[in-house]
Amino acid sequence: MDLRNAPAHTIRDAIRDGSIEARAVVESVLDAIARDESDLHCYLHLAGRDRLLEEADRVDEARRRGDPLPLLAGIPCALKDNIVVKGMPATCGSKMLERFHPPYTATAARRLLDAGALITGKTNMDEFAMGSSTENSAFGATRNPWGRDRVPGGSSGGSAAAVAAGEALFALGSDTGGSIRQPAAFCGVAGLKPTYGAVSRRGLVAFASSFDQIGPIGRSVRDVAMVFDAIAGVDPRDSTSATREGGGTEETLDAGVAGLRVGVAEEFFREGLDAEVARAVRRGIEALRVAGAAVVDISLSSSRFAIPAYYIAADAEASANLARFDGVRYGLRRGASGSLGGMYRATRNDGFGAEVKRRILIGTFALSSGYREAWYERAMKVRSLVAADYAAAFEICDIIAGPATPTTAFRLGEKQNDPLAMYLSDVYTISANLAGLPALVVPCGSDRSGLPVAIQLTGRAFDEATLLGAGAAVERAGLFSGGPRADGGEHHG
Amino acid sequence: MAESPFDIVIGLEVHARLLTESKIFCPCANRFGEEPNSLVCPVCLGMPGVLPVLNHRAVDLAVRAALALDGRIRPVSVFARKNYFYPDLPKGYQISQFDRPFCEGGAVPLPDGSKIELIRIHLEEDAGKLLHPEGDDGHSLVDLNRCGDPLIEIVTAPVITSPEEAYLFLVGLKEILLYAGVSDCNMEEGSLRCDANLSLRPRGETKLGTKTELKNLNSFSAVRAALRWEATRQERTLLDGKKVNHETLLWNAETKEASPMRTKEEAHDYRYFPEPDLPPLVIDPSRIDSIRATLPELPGPKRERFMKEYGVRRYDAEVLTSSAELADYYEKVAARFPDRALAAAFLTGTFLRYLSEDDTAPGLAPVGPGALARLLSLVRDETISLSAAKKVFDVLWKEGGEPAEVVDRLALRQISDEGEVEKLVVSVIDENAPQVEQFLGGKEKVFGFLVGAAMKKSGGRANPSVLGEALRAALEKRRGGRRA
Repeated sequence: MDLRNAPAHTIRDAIRDGSIEARAVVESVLDAIARDESDLHCYLHLAGRDRLLEEADRVDEARRRGDPLPLLAGIPCALKDNIVVKGMPATCGSKMLERFHPPYTATAARRLLDAGALITGKTNMDEFAMGSSTENSAFGATRNPWGRDRVPGGSSGGSAAAVAAGEALFALGSDTGGSIRQPAAFCGVAGLKPTYGAVSRRGLVAFASSFDQIGPIGRSVRDVAMVFDAIAGVDPRDSTSATREGGGTEETLDAGVAGLRVGVAEEFFREGLDAEVARAVRRGIEALRVAGAAVVDISLSSSRFAIPAYYIAADAEASANLARFDGVRYGLRRGASGSLGGMYRATRNDGFGAEVKRRILIGTFALSSGYREAWYERAMKVRSLVAADYAAAFEICDIIAGPATPTTAFRLGEKQNDPLAMYLSDVYTISANLAGLPALVVPCGSDRSGLPVAIQLTGRAFDEATLLGAGAAVERAGLFSGGPRADGGEHHG
Repeated sequence: MAESPFDIVIGLEVHARLLTESKIFCPCANRFGEEPNSLVCPVCLGMPGVLPVLNHRAVDLAVRAALALDGRIRPVSVFARKNYFYPDLPKGYQISQFDRPFCEGGAVPLPDGSKIELIRIHLEEDAGKLLHPEGDDGHSLVDLNRCGDPLIEIVTAPVITSPEEAYLFLVGLKEILLYAGVSDCNMEEGSLRCDANLSLRPRGETKLGTKTELKNLNSFSAVRAALRWEATRQERTLLDGKKVNHETLLWNAETKEASPMRTKEEAHDYRYFPEPDLPPLVIDPSRIDSIRATLPELPGPKRERFMKEYGVRRYDAEVLTSSAELADYYEKVAARFPDRALAAAFLTGTFLRYLSEDDTAPGLAPVGPGALARLLSLVRDETISLSAAKKVFDVLWKEGGEPAEVVDRLALRQISDEGEVEKLVVSVIDENAPQVEQFLGGKEKVFGFLVGAAMKKSGGRANPSVLGEALRAALEKRRGGRRA
């Protein structure tokens, strides 16, 4: 088996039937890390090599004894650094939490551990998940394995790059406005933002609580389904988690798309969309049609307000969520010898990067007395309009297909001084977060320079099964010659 | 302020801590007086990534309080974040309720039959506490034990017209909350806290004047004293032709003066918005009904019933119903003992004094209602006098025992036998010849002296009415003998 390119689900099956040892799987991932990590910088924290190998050995011993193996036994995976795991740091890509060790483990991480997965480490991200390139990490950027002068996308850039480079068999990211899907698209891997409430947020360091979702990034749609099934489901410790059992999507993955109505909104193919991306996405839609789906026209006209509404509503929540980083109880503390106000100012001034400060200021302003109605409340109205648009669309279609990103991966530094251009790279992903709907990106081609292009599929709430089934159908069309390239450097042209 | 040209307008905000086992959004204990920061977890410490989970026992108690206060329960209410920075607030926001509280309206009845209307009651979490250690070097310590304790905030309409009325409102509110069993209302432990605001307006004017807010009011009498002080200050200010500033004042219970808080601390824009971590709070009618079904009789109705059923005077009824436990105690005595007025007098007098001296509660009193009923029965059938009963009660309270046995042991049984009393009278007349002469000479007052002498001779045990009659009969007989 070609461990470097095999999807996680085949490796899972091989470990379970004994055709491969967990140790060999872990060694392969550790080799990839040894080879590429110093260049790619996917991780902010790596688990100890010896400990991972010991854990792999335990899986192999258990199998030899004939003990039942849990579903993800021996599969090495990476977690975005805003998902807390006891025993590992959780910096969220911020100086504020540089030395912070969380006292508990996130529910999603706990479910992976219970399923036997091995956590290789914590991946790089834009500070507090605010960004679209992972360049906002306080600890340096991550490179895109497909083109090392390119960004991996963000904010879950470390997770997407790690999966693309074989430094993990799958990863968890978090998606507030596209932070799983945009980097997955840029890195040529599959990524799912589940329905809001499908996966517990407990232990996900909050950016915008009513938008945030944890989701999987994998080498294949089946990998994503497998991980989603493992982490989804009600959590009594997250009051916004849906009171339904999650999962079961892997079983129905091959059901096919015959008769499925695929909605396409022409608004999404107008100005701003790179022509090569548009062509690849249309080929993805055509693949669905060929597989038996019916393509129907829909309109999502409110989506043109999605970006401003998102940056107001999400930043409003962020301004409250990030208030706890005040130097009093944990994390960075500066200026403690002066006044209380001085300590707050020094801590937050030194601890937060420029983008985080910008978001806190936007959010604080949007909620301020006298401005709240014009900004925050108007954004909430747009939010309901966007949701209403989707509800109307899902009257006539079962999933919606369109581009994931306006362009393929852009160059490192290209948009770092232009926040608005950076915000626009989320233009296609944000609406799903506003409406709380599940959305999946699947690679569906490459541009001239070999950089991956992805199609985005959006589904009805809690209908991840249909969404993933459609994604699997796109994948079967073989539009994207998967398999990240070892050197990566040859792609930039 | 009787001749003041101004009307006083007062509004109160009262926070009551609910009697739950655990905090409102995490499983930590809701308990006072533990080692600082021993009742905390990642949730109430505001660790990154934690989420609140609503304690529905807190909702039940809040609804109970709202029903006892005659409020309207909103079927769907919304938690909101109140944003401000302070070291006792780990998340940088307090989870409270803002534009959609769980209860609107409600009222607290006053003794004169009027009512103070409430605007709203909402649920929220408590913050922690800052400690300023001795020999303050500028450092403060943070204790987060109470952070996340469940509170209800009760807000009155600006309808209270005097500091005295504010005081009576608080007494009435506390009684209801205690009756309903939703809070222990212990002000020293911070279970009940009150902020007040006050404004003046020219008598008859309907528009409200500029109000000031008073904080750090640590007792009901502090509320009354601070409001009196502030009403006087505002009146002087207005009479001097100056304006009252909208500001927050801190009451100092020692100097009995209020001083303005630094303006910086009150310049808050709380930037409320709906709490995204909690779904709207849905309270369905069946839940409200089942809570209503378990509400006890409240002080007002109980008072009326006591007057009607037991024939006690209004004042006694108020005292007896001032706590549910005392009222229960009284009803248990009354069930066993027919003289309800005597029972009421004994409870509101002797019994309450012993309770307060020992700082205990009726349910924990060493003399139970059965023993007290038996003791009072001995008074009623004239086996002992009321003053003897008090002696017996003292013994029962301190040592325990059965009333009749204690009466015997202390030889307190009344002497009512006419033959015995007759002997007593004869010897007193013999021993006090000069006084008897004075009496016979027309000095009626000396009769009292002779009764006292006889009572003393009996060791206080003579039945006073039997003794009085016998003595008078003997003296009159003597007077008659002289005339003859």
